[in-house]
Amino acid sequence: MVVDDKRIRIITGYYGSGKTEFAVNYAYKMAREVKRPAIADLDIVNVYFRSREKTKEMEEAGIEVISSSVVEDNCDMPALSSRITVPFLDKSYDYIIDLGGSEVGAKVLGRFGDLIDKNEVDFFMVVNIFRPETGNEDEIIHQMRLLEQMSGFKITGLVNNSNLIHETRVEDILEGDAYLRKVSELTKIPIRYTTCMVDEVQQYSALIDKVGGEFFPMSYNMRTIWM
Amino acid sequence: MAKVLLKGNEAVVRAAIEAGCKYFFGYPITPQNEIPEYFSKELPKIGGAFVQGESEVASINMLYGAAAAGARAMTSSSSPGIALMQEGIGYISKAELPAVIVNMMRGGPGLGGIQPSQSDYHMCVKGGSNGDYHNIVLAPGNVQELVDMVQEAFDIADQYGMLVIVLADGLIGQMMEPVELRKPKERPIQPKTWALTGPNGGKPHRIYNLKLQAPDLEQDNIDLFKKYAVIEKNEARYEDYMMEDAEYAFASYGTASRVVRTAVDKLRAEGYKVGLVRPQTLWPFPYEAFQRKNVKKYLDVELNMGQMIDDVAIACGDKNMIEFFGHTGGVLITVDEVCEFAKKVMGGAK
Repeated sequence: MVVDDKRIRIITGYYGSGKTEFAVNYAYKMAREVKRPAIADLDIVNVYFRSREKTKEMEEAGIEVISSSVVEDNCDMPALSSRITVPFLDKSYDYIIDLGGSEVGAKVLGRFGDLIDKNEVDFFMVVNIFRPETGNEDEIIHQMRLLEQMSGFKITGLVNNSNLIHETRVEDILEGDAYLRKVSELTKIPIRYTTCMVDEVQQYSALIDKVGGEFFPMSYNMRTIWM
Repeated sequence: MAKVLLKGNEAVVRAAIEAGCKYFFGYPITPQNEIPEYFSKELPKIGGAFVQGESEVASINMLYGAAAAGARAMTSSSSPGIALMQEGIGYISKAELPAVIVNMMRGGPGLGGIQPSQSDYHMCVKGGSNGDYHNIVLAPGNVQELVDMVQEAFDIADQYGMLVIVLADGLIGQMMEPVELRKPKERPIQPKTWALTGPNGGKPHRIYNLKLQAPDLEQDNIDLFKKYAVIEKNEARYEDYMMEDAEYAFASYGTASRVVRTAVDKLRAEGYKVGLVRPQTLWPFPYEAFQRKNVKKYLDVELNMGQMIDDVAIACGDKNMIEFFGHTGGVLITVDEVCEFAKKVMGGAK
C-alpha cells in the first residue's frame, strides 16, 4: 500500500518510462489512504502529457496539485513555483513529486536537496524495458547511476512499468520483471511495484503473485480514448 | 525487429537512420526538439554529422548543400521554423534535389503557440515559396505510419529528385506508441551521377537556380511539371475506413483523423452510415478518393480553419457537399464534438 512508503515519494526514470501516468495513478491511491495528499509536477522537459493537465480532476479527488509552471499550462519555460517547497517542510502532507525525464529532469531536484530530509524520501525509478536506453540490466543500472548523480538522491525502489500501451501482454510484464530482478540482485535495490493497466491486459490476474514488489493496478489518465 | 515504445520524435530519428540518413541540420523549436536532440547523439556513432545551424535559414541551406553533394540528409522543425525555411525550400525544389523535411506542426499564424495543430496545410501543400513548384507531402496518422513514411520519404526523394515533407503535428511527435522498423517497398533509384563530389578527374557538375533567359526558365518549369504529372499519377494515396456503404464521409488526416475514426465507430454503433476517407498524401492529393456515388456529404474535420476544403471541393466537384468542423490554435477536437457535428449534418438519417 502506498501508505507504507515514505512521506515524500519522488518519481524518476528514463524519458518516457511512464512516470507521469504512474505518479497520477499513485496520487489517486494516496487520496484514498492518507489525510493530506499533494502532487507536484516538476516536469520541465515535456511540453505535452504533463500531470498538471489533470489538475481539475485531481483536485476534485482531494489532491493538492502544485504545478511547476509559474505562468500558465502551455508555457514551456523551465520556471518552478516556490509553493513546491511547502510540503517538503510541512509534515502533515503526503507528497508525490513527478520529475521530468532522464538525468536532465532529475537535475531539478538538486535545487531542493538542502530542504529535504533524506530519511523521509522514497526515490522510485520507473522502468519500461520497451523504451530505448533501458532495455536490459546494464542499461537500467547505467540510467540509475545518471539519475542518482544528477539528483543527489539514491534510488530506494524500482517500479516495473514495462508495457507496449494497448499491445501489452502478460509476457511483456514478466519480461520486465526478469530484468528488474537482475537489477535488484546487482544493486540490492528492491522492486517496489509492478504496474499493469488492468482494463487492457488480458489474464492479468496471473501476474499478481508472480511479479516482484506489490502489484499496482492502473488506469489511463493521460491518454484520451482515441489514442 | 521486436516492437519498441517510441515517441514520434524519437521514431523519426530511428527511421531516418535506418533509411541511410547521415546528416541532419536544424534549429530547436517546440514541439519537435527531441528530433535534433536524438540526432545529435546518434549521428556521430555512425560516422554522420549533426549540425545545429544558427537559424532555420542556415539549416535549410546546409540541407541544400548536403543534398547537392548527393548525401541522404534532412532537417526538421515546427510551423514558424518551416516558414523561415521557405526560400531554401524553393531553391531545393528548383534544383530538383532529393531532401527530406519533417514538420511537427503547432498552432499559428506567426509565432502562435506550442500546442498541436494542422496549421500548415496551405504552406506545405500549396507551396510557401515563390514560383511554380510542388513538394511531395506525406501525412502520417500514427507513430507507426510516421516511421514508415520517414523511411519511404528518402526513397521517394531520390526516385524523383524531389523535396519530401513529412507533415505531422506536435501530438504525433510527442505521442508514444509501439512501433517496428519495416523495410519500405523497393523503388527504382538511379545513382547520383550529378552530385557535387569534388574534383575527381571527371567532368564538372553544376547545380544552380538562376536562369536569366525567360524561355529557358519556362522550359525548365514545363519539364518540372511533366515530372509532377508522373508523381500525381503514381503517388497519390489514401485510406478508407468503413466506406463500403457510407452515405456520409469524413475527410480528415493526421491526428484529427484518429479522433474521427473513433467517432465513426461510435456513430456506426448508433446505426449511422458514416465512413472516413483519410488522405495519406496531401500533394499529390488523392482526388479520386472523394468521387463516391453513394456519399451525400463530405464532413471535413481538421485542426485548423478548414485548409483542405478547397481540395475536397475540387475532388467532389461541389463545394455545397462539404461541411466543416475543426479547432484551431492548438485546441484539440474531441470524439463527442465530432459526433455532435456529424449528427447535426445528417439530421435523423440513419
